[in-house]
Amino acid sequence: MEKFSQLTAIAAPIMRINIDTDAIIPSREMKRVSKIGLSDGLFAGWRYLKPGSREENPEFILNQEPYRQAQILLSGANFGCGSSREHAVWALSEWGIRCIIAPSFGAIFSGNCVRNGILPIELDNEIVEDLAAQIKTDPEGNKISIDLPRLSVTAPDGTSYPFSIPPADHEMLLQGLDSIAITQKRDPDILAFQQRDRQSRPWLY
Amino acid sequence: MNRTIIEKIWDTHCVADLGDGSYLIYIDRIFLHERTGSIALKGLEEAGRVVRNPEHVFCTMDHIVDTFPGRTDRTTMPGGTEFITTTREAALAAGINLFDLGDDRQGIVHVVSPEQGIALPGVTLVCPDSHTCTLGGLGALAWGIGSTDGEHALATKTLVVKKPRTMRVSFDGALPYGVTAKDLILHLIGRHTASGGVGFAIEFCGQTIRELPVEARLTLCNMAVEFGAWTGIVAPDDTTFEYVRGRPYAPAGDQWELAVRHWQSLRSDPEARFDREIRIDSRDIVPQVTWGTSPQHETGIDGRVPDPADEPDANKRQSVERALDYMALEPGTPLEGIPIDAAFIGSCTNSRLSDLRSAAQVLEGRHVAPGIKAICVPGSSRVKRAAEDEGLDRIFTRAGFEWRESGCSMCFFAGGESFGDRERVVTSTNRNFENRQGPRTRSHLASPTTVAASAVRGCLTDVRTLEN
Ligand code: SF4
Repeated sequence: MEKFSQLTAIAAPIMRINIDTDAIIPSREMKRVSKIGLSDGLFAGWRYLKPGSREENPEFILNQEPYRQAQILLSGANFGCGSSREHAVWALSEWGIRCIIAPSFGAIFSGNCVRNGILPIELDNEIVEDLAAQIKTDPEGNKISIDLPRLSVTAPDGTSYPFSIPPADHEMLLQGLDSIAITQKRDPDILAFQQRDRQSRPWLY
Repeated sequence: MNRTIIEKIWDTHCVADLGDGSYLIYIDRIFLHERTGSIALKGLEEAGRVVRNPEHVFCTMDHIVDTFPGRTDRTTMPGGTEFITTTREAALAAGINLFDLGDDRQGIVHVVSPEQGIALPGVTLVCPDSHTCTLGGLGALAWGIGSTDGEHALATKTLVVKKPRTMRVSFDGALPYGVTAKDLILHLIGRHTASGGVGFAIEFCGQTIRELPVEARLTLCNMAVEFGAWTGIVAPDDTTFEYVRGRPYAPAGDQWELAVRHWQSLRSDPEARFDREIRIDSRDIVPQVTWGTSPQHETGIDGRVPDPADEPDANKRQSVERALDYMALEPGTPLEGIPIDAAFIGSCTNSRLSDLRSAAQVLEGRHVAPGIKAICVPGSSRVKRAAEDEGLDRIFTRAGFEWRESGCSMCFFAGGESFGDRERVVTSTNRNFENRQGPRTRSHLASPTTVAASAVRGCLTDVRTLEN
């Protein structure tokens, strides 16, 4: 997994609430048993003019310059709600998104982000709205900076906002660690747990 | 210490405290399906890892398989066959329990796992599928995960989980005529929004819930995720134990007595504190139906399509405008009477035997309105057989419904079969998102009885107004 430290990048605001994973990647775009080749289907329902087509909708922000280079997404509350499909995160990642800033996230989705090296940042709605407004005045020049070690987001106007994420997620993103390898180090604990549990809940074994 | 049922189950499964509210939680059972399970198994194999306890892992074929009679590995969805064959090969190689096509245990994952006694009170159960919370209806702590966490659970039998906050939602009073568990949960989401439950594990309780049969509790918990919750749960009671007894994977003999004694302790202590409480009087609830593209876009069947102009918040106003545009509805239109093109009964929300019975009761001696495409898809092969044994299939087919093989079918559009462009569907499923049931398909969520009544009239219908 790619490590995450600092990032200064163009941000694309898609300021809708409740953007669900079906919108991030429609089912019809998940054609193969694979984690790659999904970026084409990202936001397909909005990005292309007709279902299944690849004719770009010029109105959609990610089809516009300089947002095509965006590495940060801004959005309304409850981003990534709905289906658990990790394809949503794989598609965002492959397209080039490294960080999403929203007032809140779908629970499964934000876990999926961290496991794939995307940083989900929760900030108050007013702050996200303000960031979006600043970006719109000069999307190219008004970049957003993220400092993961210091847990801060810096707006184009220089204001910094702190954010928090669980320490385990922080560690995983900073070091690009694989969550399974970390847990496997605890295998003796898991074994001991199973032995005790077998005594107290034998019907499950 | 006074603890909630959620904390009790949590504590029983805690392997390690990882600090700052994260814990390593032991996972009792893992369920997979061919759509996301295939990639979890494949990812694990590619990383050179093995399934730690294959005997506790189950897999079914439900999402991509066709539901036409006489189906095979070939699918209407382009490329679908690969999901089926990859899953089969990976499942066999990993030595997990597979409920394949043609196996009478096959069906929608969240219908199969209670039916087979795999989901049990007090267990932790995960599946790479967001509606895993359904199984809270049995008193299991069950939640949906992504594929990478799926690999984690398969490889280590544990997951790193942030301890959720707790919420108690009490429904008081008896259910009025025509109102079902589906209406309870839609009502809750409508009042408290689709993100009202974010970050919470929710215990559903109160007289209404105590009186619900297990299948209805499964319906209720199914849509906890549409409320934004991490999961939902109903404390197990005698109704639950009666349901579980004798199921293929349920404990038997001495083990049964032991298990029931443990399960009886799974209830919130009287003084237990919840982070949030909501009380609802069930007597005020009428049959619900959605008008928009979020489950929170709903109202009573006697209500009207809202006017975005009444919404002071700009974000919400836009969301309502967008929804009305997508749904092609005018503000102020009464819900009852909106013409429909199709009706769907199925999905992990409402496709169990009791759901089919309640719809069949409405359809008995009636016929769907001319031009309506009506489809019934039983939730599992076992539900299908049981329904046929009591003649429900004939009631459905005589009424003009198609009678299908079990699976997720048109609950979601996988790329194959769909309701079609701009078709308006009244559906017993759980998601009315844009394009969920097909490109530009317009979905109205409702209970199976409301779906059946609407199919008969050819428009959204208050089931209470149909004559007996
Ligand atoms: S029936 Fe629908 S909601 Fe349920 S698991 Fe299948 S696709 Fe998901």
